[in-house]
Amino acid sequence: MGMTITEKILSRHVDLDEVHPGMLINARVDIALGNDITAPIAIDAFRKAGGKKVFDREKVVLVADHFSPNKDIDSAEQCKLMRDFAHEQELTHYYDVGEAGVEHALLPEKGIVGPGDLVAGADSHTCTYGGLGAFATGVGSTDLAAAMMTGELWFKVPETMKFVYHGKRRPWVTGKDLILHTIGRIGVDGALYRAMEFTGETVRSLTMADRLTMANMAVEAGGKNGIFIPDEVTEAYCRERAERKYEFFTSDPDARYHSVIDIDVEKIELQVSFPHLPSNAKGISEVGSVRIDQSIIGSCTNGRIEDLRVAASILKGRHAAPGMRLIIIPATPGVYRQAMHEGLFDIFLDAGGVISLPTCGPCLGGYMGILAKGERSVATTNRNFVGRMGHPGSEVYLAGPAVAAATAVAGHLAGPEQL
Amino acid sequence: MKMRGRIWKFGDNIDTDAIIPARYLNIWDPQGLAAHCMEDADPEFMKKMRPGDILVGGENFGCGSSREHAPIAIKAAGIACVVAKSFARIFYRNSFDMGLPIFESPELWGLVENGAEIEVDADAGLIRIVGAAANPLKIPPFPPFMQELIADGGLMNHIAKGRTK
Ligand code: SF4
Repeated sequence: MGMTITEKILSRHVDLDEVHPGMLINARVDIALGNDITAPIAIDAFRKAGGKKVFDREKVVLVADHFSPNKDIDSAEQCKLMRDFAHEQELTHYYDVGEAGVEHALLPEKGIVGPGDLVAGADSHTCTYGGLGAFATGVGSTDLAAAMMTGELWFKVPETMKFVYHGKRRPWVTGKDLILHTIGRIGVDGALYRAMEFTGETVRSLTMADRLTMANMAVEAGGKNGIFIPDEVTEAYCRERAERKYEFFTSDPDARYHSVIDIDVEKIELQVSFPHLPSNAKGISEVGSVRIDQSIIGSCTNGRIEDLRVAASILKGRHAAPGMRLIIIPATPGVYRQAMHEGLFDIFLDAGGVISLPTCGPCLGGYMGILAKGERSVATTNRNFVGRMGHPGSEVYLAGPAVAAATAVAGHLAGPEQL
Repeated sequence: MKMRGRIWKFGDNIDTDAIIPARYLNIWDPQGLAAHCMEDADPEFMKKMRPGDILVGGENFGCGSSREHAPIAIKAAGIACVVAKSFARIFYRNSFDMGLPIFESPELWGLVENGAEIEVDADAGLIRIVGAAANPLKIPPFPPFMQELIADGGLMNHIAKGRTK
């Protein structure tokens, strides 16, 4: 019987010819990832279990991105704990202020993760790397401790749902709109425990940035991982970046799927997910008049150079609406430098925006853009739960960079065509 | 494993931001986290609850971030166990890895009001609603690997045991 790409990557990492959905396996991990929130707990567990050395100092990756540069004393202590551990263990891939960016933008950019890898990260959006054709999934801190110690982790082989996208995209529509629409269709637990395989003719026209954005939000539908079949777009992206050998896997024609969902892309307009669930997605023509106080353009979902270019193309020669706080957060130092060289910073500053250092910042209600009671933010991030960006009485509207930029100008939810 | 306690009922999709808001993630001491347990779902929760109480959730309990701070806060608050219609996968993993008992029951939610008392018998795979006519509800047994994790006291102990064998 044929296997899906997810099953093949998993079977390769346990040295079995075949694995089937439901099997419990102990698989080798290529990369174990943690950040300044999840790593301290993992390091504590690692030490309590008698851990002395990590299984491979080149395969444990730690990134200070959530509360870094430190926002207060508690977060400074957390980051210090992680920094001391990284130095003690002589980790190759430890990223601190100056080199750090939002982890899921940083790892693909630097070629630390690649096609065919098995990545376990103590961060739910680890699923992002499925955009490259890797099996990548979020785990907890104790799992990270176990992976750091043994280089292996237990997994249940998931069933796979196949999403087939066909038809031409409308103007301005990006991967973010496709995934918000998809989650709106199946719900926040529509893919619970399952792999989401994104396929179809439309997918082949998507940039790597779009693919990473879509895989990033698989967890927002309850998915274990999101994955794309690698192709020439993947090859072009990885060729100059990858630091290890990578391998392309593909799904067999006779692979078994839990279900196959057909999506007509021509019908999909720019999307906005209303509070307080990513599945409350609406087309831009249905949003009505919603006054907005803040626009956040950044995060592991949409903080790449492609996203900033879309925003700049709309903001060029325009200004944010009175009272609007427009905050641009390039996701990595590399994106930051590129945007600066391309002259995007001038456009953002002329539009009345501010440019933040590369960090998670307000995405998780951390710092730099926290909302007061009753305030509303449009954001290119991935979650709009109660209190996600500040006061429990505030609201987050999820969208792609085109809507976030147009909304900043209009002062209410809008797409570029409404300006 | 048997637990008897008063229940606190929550709806569908209780996410990890509701269980422990990100603004407290600069804390990692369990008691410090417990002080804010369920704060954005019910700000008064920690004033009202007593150790030994049980959380009852709807679908997809614990969705959202991978933060282990969520099951840690629940456990440190003294919650005996969580019973939900279904759990989000990372929360499910984390709970077993760190030894917070959780049980899936699609029926219980619809049969109890806030404040009801229930008895969970993990070994027999049964939940009884105290004083109700409803028969005991069946809960599926844990898969054998999960039973091993619980018996060993979580994933790290399980690994330590395997290594010293
Ligand atoms: S940008 Fe937001 S979603 Fe992404 S890793 Fe940071 S906090 Fe998590």
